[in-house]
Amino acid sequence: MSVDQATVRRVARLARIKVKEDSVERLAGELNSILHWIEQLNEVDVSGVEPLTSVVTVKMKMRKDEVTDGHNSKVAVSNAPAAEDDYFLVPKVIE
Amino acid sequence: MNDLTSLTIAAVRGGLRRREFSAVELTNAYLSNMEGARILNAYIVETPDKAREMAKASDAKLAKGEGGALEGIPLGIKDLFATRGIHTQACSHILDGFKPEYESTVTSNLWRDGAVMLGKLNMDEFAMGSSNETSYYGNVINPWRRNNSNTALVPGGSSGGSASAVAAHICAAATATDTGGSIRQPAAFTGTVGIKPTYGRCSRWGVVAFASSLDQAGPLARDVRDAAIMLKSMASVDDKDTTSVDLPVPDYEKAIGKSIKGLRVGIPYEYKSDGMSPEIQVLWVRGAQWLKEQGAEIIEISLPHTRYALPAYYIVAPAEASSNLARYDGVRYGLRVPGSDIVEMYENSRAAGFGAEVQRRIMIGTYVLSAGYYDAYYVRAQKIRTLIKRDFDQAWSKVDVVLTPATPSPAFAPGEISDPVQMYLNDIFTVTVNMAGLPGIAVPAGLSEDGLPLGLQLIGKPFDEETLFQTAAAIEQVAGGYKAPKWW
Repeated sequence: MSVDQATVRRVARLARIKVKEDSVERLAGELNSILHWIEQLNEVDVSGVEPLTSVVTVKMKMRKDEVTDGHNSKVAVSNAPAAEDDYFLVPKVIE
Repeated sequence: MNDLTSLTIAAVRGGLRRREFSAVELTNAYLSNMEGARILNAYIVETPDKAREMAKASDAKLAKGEGGALEGIPLGIKDLFATRGIHTQACSHILDGFKPEYESTVTSNLWRDGAVMLGKLNMDEFAMGSSNETSYYGNVINPWRRNNSNTALVPGGSSGGSASAVAAHICAAATATDTGGSIRQPAAFTGTVGIKPTYGRCSRWGVVAFASSLDQAGPLARDVRDAAIMLKSMASVDDKDTTSVDLPVPDYEKAIGKSIKGLRVGIPYEYKSDGMSPEIQVLWVRGAQWLKEQGAEIIEISLPHTRYALPAYYIVAPAEASSNLARYDGVRYGLRVPGSDIVEMYENSRAAGFGAEVQRRIMIGTYVLSAGYYDAYYVRAQKIRTLIKRDFDQAWSKVDVVLTPATPSPAFAPGEISDPVQMYLNDIFTVTVNMAGLPGIAVPAGLSEDGLPLGLQLIGKPFDEETLFQTAAAIEQVAGGYKAPKWW
């Protein structure tokens, strides 16, 4: 599988990273060299092997379904680049 | 009083308890050393006021005969750990100005035990790197130099600031994290001891996430005993991390000095790559010989899927990173770069905030998780992970611990490795341990022809950190300690 320049633009869009037009070619080259190196995994016979979901076999911890924290809206927005009245401010999203 | 900084934690805690010197004196000695060592760029933020205040509180406790296991011990904290009200940015521009309103569990445990915070330590951006060259705050310099050379060398990564600070004696010990080798490789590059405990031993709560199924915190320290003292305090059972395992934390120090007579040490055949440098080969053989002379039994084992661990890691880790790093969008914290609409604001913020390596990994992760590729890449990599873990599960019926080199080479110079895949190969001996969730320790075991430290790695069974400390101490006893000659 080879990554072309259109794929770089599509992946960058999915990843929400603005890529300058003059770096698309370089990125395609870098991604291809990494993916090409990864392709050696195709040598491995994985038929009948379950994918690993947890390295340590433990039962998922459960806790009581009750409120333990909250009403911290001032704390939650304290690091926001833009906030007003305990709300995060973003550019207009609905016309 | 600067001699105080030459003491290990084990030595200094006795002096503090006997009131031979105060915690404030000790902290001041470190703060003055830090000032003199700024050329190393190990600290990105120094917190002298906070340090003196904490040391004063420690002195009050010590005067009353009270105090925790780390009372008055000055530590450096990797920038990946959330510290309340103090710069926490994972050395990324995207977290510009972020000061968390909460404290990570690991650092909370250290303060509970009386430790003193000296400052935040440099690292590769979001812990993605093997040389500390991806930090937004610039390269860290290794206190070690080649014989008769003034060339600056990297301290390894991603915990490069932690390793450099420990080696330069500008902290008594440091916190670090390890996703593919980020504690053990810098330890090997700086002649220090670093342990990545079993996945689930240290809480990940409040540690900026890179790849959640691989990330583990651990200490970097000057010797094996100090690493054991540090891990005892850092490890805990934590309800805030569902992967924190509900097992009591043993007194790791007790394992040090125990005889290794009869211990079965595995030497994995597959680690003997054709390209292995002769000095690494010699180091490894000599390490095995040291253990044999102390009564251990050396057993050849096979871990057939070793060579696939690194390429599989470069699917799993970027995939998890692309998901974890989706939260940095310029809305809730950190850097915001305006755009014509909200999507362009996200894109502009992330383009300006993430460095080249982080962007590369997010893109690889996004690609392997994208529609049509998920089974071919991610599911296949997780199947290979099952095979890697199975290799170890089978080895544990024959051996108690596995001995390997820690790194394929000693420290190199900044800019020497520019190809991403070549850089990734630094973790070739360490990454299997993360993929299988096992504990691994790096211990200094010799010097290269150029006079640079080299390390050996010991891999243990899940939650058997005690055998790692016991065996590492046996190596250390013969190898001795390594201290960089002071030039700064």
